[in-house]
Amino acid sequence: METNPIGHNVDLAERAYRVRRNALLMGEVQGQGYIGQALDIADVLAVAYFHAMRYRPEDPHWEERDRFLLSNGHYAIALYAALIEAGIVPEEELETYGSDGSRLPMSGMAAYTPGMEMSGGSLGLGLSIAVGMGLGLKRKGSSSRVYTLFSDGELDEGSVWEAIMSAAHWKLDNLIGIIDVNNQQADGPSTQVMAFEPLVDKLEAFGWFVQRIDGNDMDAVIAAFDAAKTHAEPKPRMIVCDTRMGCGVPFLEAREKNHFIRVDADEWQLALEALAAGRNA
Amino acid sequence: MTSPKTASPNTAPAAKTRLKTSAMIASIAAEGQRTKPAPFGHALVELAKTRPEIVGMTADLGKYTDLHIFAKEFPDRYYQMGMAEQLLMGAAAGMAHEGMMPFATTYAVFASRRAYDFIHQTIAEENLNVKVVCALPGLTSGYGPSHQAAEDLALFRAMPNLTVIDPCDALEIEQAVPAMADHNGPVYMRLLRGHVPLVLDEYGYQFELGKAKMLRDAADVLVISSGIMTMRALEVAQALEADRVGVAVLHVPTIKPLDTETILRECSRTGRMVVVAENHSVIGGLGEAVAGVLLRSGVAPKFRHIGLPDEFLAAGALPTLHDRYGISTDAMSASIKGWL
Repeated sequence: METNPIGHNVDLAERAYRVRRNALLMGEVQGQGYIGQALDIADVLAVAYFHAMRYRPEDPHWEERDRFLLSNGHYAIALYAALIEAGIVPEEELETYGSDGSRLPMSGMAAYTPGMEMSGGSLGLGLSIAVGMGLGLKRKGSSSRVYTLFSDGELDEGSVWEAIMSAAHWKLDNLIGIIDVNNQQADGPSTQVMAFEPLVDKLEAFGWFVQRIDGNDMDAVIAAFDAAKTHAEPKPRMIVCDTRMGCGVPFLEAREKNHFIRVDADEWQLALEALAAGRNA
Repeated sequence: MTSPKTASPNTAPAAKTRLKTSAMIASIAAEGQRTKPAPFGHALVELAKTRPEIVGMTADLGKYTDLHIFAKEFPDRYYQMGMAEQLLMGAAAGMAHEGMMPFATTYAVFASRRAYDFIHQTIAEENLNVKVVCALPGLTSGYGPSHQAAEDLALFRAMPNLTVIDPCDALEIEQAVPAMADHNGPVYMRLLRGHVPLVLDEYGYQFELGKAKMLRDAADVLVISSGIMTMRALEVAQALEADRVGVAVLHVPTIKPLDTETILRECSRTGRMVVVAENHSVIGGLGEAVAGVLLRSGVAPKFRHIGLPDEFLAAGALPTLHDRYGISTDAMSASIKGWL
């Protein structure tokens, strides 16, 4: 894919808009979905798929592609939105989301969807797989990178810290972790469910190159991905993204925060209109 | 043991050697039994010479799963993942994604009980080519329940896509290593390590994945067994010859997929009592698998089951424990005679 130098991110903003739009359209199909998360992570996915990563839409298994692991499988609606925008999944399949026989199930699974590199759903798996992929790519002398998206709630899982320790031990500079800190997990605000701050200090102490950014600031996201790719130290890289659930649809962003944002049947169209209004603003 | 010369005067000298708790490094072999050292490690080294995709991975138990043999030969293909079994399995999955064939080793308790979800979701659900090889299967440690994997077969039998192997001796382990590599998919193998008994060479044995093998035939009793219980069954068969009891032994090293055809054929022979013997809980292992096959097919021989009780097993010396729980040769002989 073509990459865009920073400062020329109009295209990326449009990509992010279309990722959000695809996600809302899928949410409307099912009448539900993890739409709050999809909206908060759309900017990150736009930069990953239309600025940072190397891949061929027509060949999802291309050996030289960068890998993208979705550890938080419930974000599948967001990744499908990006995969559709990237041309890896045909746009027509959007309306099958979550239906019987669809290649787009509610939770991401590798066997179902082109471009879905792991089966998530059980949280805390992705970073361990990424460590193995990173080691495997180095064995092969490959220059491909492994991107792994996971959520702040997954920081509660001990296995994530096993992988964090291991990635530094193996000096996996081909591994780029992305944490979505939207401060919302199943039972409430993530920082209250299990205190994980100071996150940057912890990750740096574990031996990672760490950046913390506003995950809904396009310029900041671009700069963080660029720095993660070019950083010279032989360390794994983490981008901690503070994000706003519902970002891009003001009335959803303002709604009382929940792991699963309630959207009434008549609100999906309103959400699409609000999103479009923001695009034209 | 304290020597008599330095024994405290307040301590009465032991009348005979007290059996001690076997440490993890202990061999399962009986005194004087023929053994081979580290059959898994040596077989993997041999195979890896022609299979460059093989890598060895462990969670701080390389020396205790005979993977140190591989590590010494192929240091750049050996991955020490630390005492982190979940990471081990996830990383093995990642390696398999990239075209490697990881042999991931730990103890059976940790693979089955601690890392089950990782094997289930990152390896089996994606049908990845990872070989999980685990020492201390069933009751082969006197260390207590923390290291006694009495339920590993029950757990792994229930996992789709997974092939499950319970080898008997050093020869079978040597033969199973290339066979599991030839199978494109995830495999769980129970491992005997250290000086491993050598038994099956006397039976002209050849391991075939998914095949049960008749090791000896006889008219009175059919023992269906896997793992070290096949070694016991062969000893029982010899012992009961003196009592003019004929014991046939059907060895079933592949627990899944089960060789139902051979099992049904042998169990259909009239007049033979069927005894399933396993180094595993009576819940969910080979015994219940065979019973299910027989019931579903309407084959109804007299059926008995030797296995570990549904309880947390004691710590102690292995021979003592095998006697107590009925899986020693003597205990097994007595059980079978009592059932005839």
